[in-house]
Amino acid sequence: MMKRAGKKRRISASTFVALLICAFHLIPFYIMIGVALKSPYDTSSRWVFPGYLFLDNFKEAIRYGDILKSILSNVIITGGAVVGITVIGALAAYPLARNQTKFNKGVRTFSLGMMMVPALSLLVPLYSLMVKIQGISTYWGIILVLVTFQLPTSIFLFTNFIVSIPKSLDEAAAIDGCPRLRIFFSIILPQLKPVTASVIIMTGVSCWNDYMFSLYFLQSPQIKSVTLSVASFFTQTQSNMGAAAAGALLGIVPIVALYLCLQKYFVKGMVDSAIK
Amino acid sequence: MKKTIKKNIINIYYIPALVLFGIFVIYPLLKGLQLSFTNWDGFSQNYSNVGWRNYQALFKDANIKTTLINTVIYGFGSTLLQNVLGLAYALFLNRKFTGRNVARAVIYVPAMVASLIMGYMYYFILQYDGGALNDILAVFGLEAVDWLSKGSWAVILITLINSIQFVGVSMILYLAGLQGIPSSYYEAAELDGASKWQSFRHITLPLLLPAITSSVMLNLIGGLKLFDIIQALTAGGPGFASHSLATLVSYTYFRGQNAGYSATIGIFSFVLIMAVSIVLMRFFTKKEGDV
Repeated sequence: MMKRAGKKRRISASTFVALLICAFHLIPFYIMIGVALKSPYDTSSRWVFPGYLFLDNFKEAIRYGDILKSILSNVIITGGAVVGITVIGALAAYPLARNQTKFNKGVRTFSLGMMMVPALSLLVPLYSLMVKIQGISTYWGIILVLVTFQLPTSIFLFTNFIVSIPKSLDEAAAIDGCPRLRIFFSIILPQLKPVTASVIIMTGVSCWNDYMFSLYFLQSPQIKSVTLSVASFFTQTQSNMGAAAAGALLGIVPIVALYLCLQKYFVKGMVDSAIK
Repeated sequence: MKKTIKKNIINIYYIPALVLFGIFVIYPLLKGLQLSFTNWDGFSQNYSNVGWRNYQALFKDANIKTTLINTVIYGFGSTLLQNVLGLAYALFLNRKFTGRNVARAVIYVPAMVASLIMGYMYYFILQYDGGALNDILAVFGLEAVDWLSKGSWAVILITLINSIQFVGVSMILYLAGLQGIPSSYYEAAELDGASKWQSFRHITLPLLLPAITSSVMLNLIGGLKLFDIIQALTAGGPGFASHSLATLVSYTYFRGQNAGYSATIGIFSFVLIMAVSIVLMRFFTKKEGDV
């Protein structure tokens, strides 16, 4: 009896500690939301949440910060990149998983090595290459670069997954006279659903949040990523922190909302892509 | 012969990937190596070879020294913090109690936010005028601090912010690792009279090694490449005090208009990160082999 009571108390203590940890991690969000909802004439501390609803900051962020337009651009860029990453990655993974010759093992290691290449160390030549092929400030330019630098993750995930699919299925199809090139589409592809979800989520988040590539390769006001808009709006409106906060808030809402809805898949994607 | 061709024909499926790597990684890498021996300014048609001059400058450059130290702090500091705290969180949240799922979800949320925007979110806290942190100091009657204007403070704060933002990644990897350890191991250890610390040291840690490897590698590569948060909070300043190699490459190219030298720093950081990754990878593979 006593032991049980003791256990119950420990449980509530854990809940309390967990609550404190959550509060700590939510501070920056709390502060940002508070600043975004505050009128510029309100000089109370940022710890004090406004007791009123003030939406002009959001109007300004949308009108002058182009946040909504850049969310649309982000959708196009992320969508295009994710399609490329998934298709090219899944295709590349098939021979790497199924035809493990010495050469192909080398190709696999090479592609994994690409994961460690810091993109910024290539900034100068990559930038001049993009200028040369006229890929600056185009959707296809930024999409190609994002695809390339996310491909290693995609190839890694798909290869690990295809290796775990029983080979007997391929062999049965081959005996039935299915050409090797078609086995991928008729046997492997239909089974890739769970790993594809992980690939889309992991690489999609990276593309959505990218700042470095957008900063260099999107230079016209026509196509702007969310991070780019938030950054330029932030430097423009140093005097109006409220509008800057509203812009930042609008910029993170889509991805955070998606995470909260599909949490299970996000967590699985993270684990899959890190642990073999 | 015909059979090998038939077998190898599926290799054509990885050609698109290799072409992309060739164009956007290998070619720039070679081109960067070539440019690192020139005095190109970044836009004019003409430039000339300067031999090893950029590399000699690199080793004499005082800013490079600061930047290198900062990069090491960003990389190894974040890795240490993220893994120690991430493991603590995972051990804590692996026990059953009300609210643990909410806590797991909340701790991982910041990892979804673009680092650049996370940097700005912390700006509201660290700002000198009206920043949330200085408001707390004021409550205790302390004078306001300009947190980001002192280089060494800025480096520590950026490391902390990066760690707090991505601690959820380590936590999730450790939770996944912990769930793979059968509870019977702990029961057996308890029967043998092992203390809590002993079972942690001899059961949990060794069996978590694959998770530790992934988490450390991920954090380290991320930390050594740190760019976005620095751009948001200090842009490398004051002076060069909080630059990382990544921000310095960009600064030297676009502000300093010294593309040749920037390419040299790029090659230098490439070699450094590759070397650190390979050494660590070897270390962990050997460790995992020992267990």
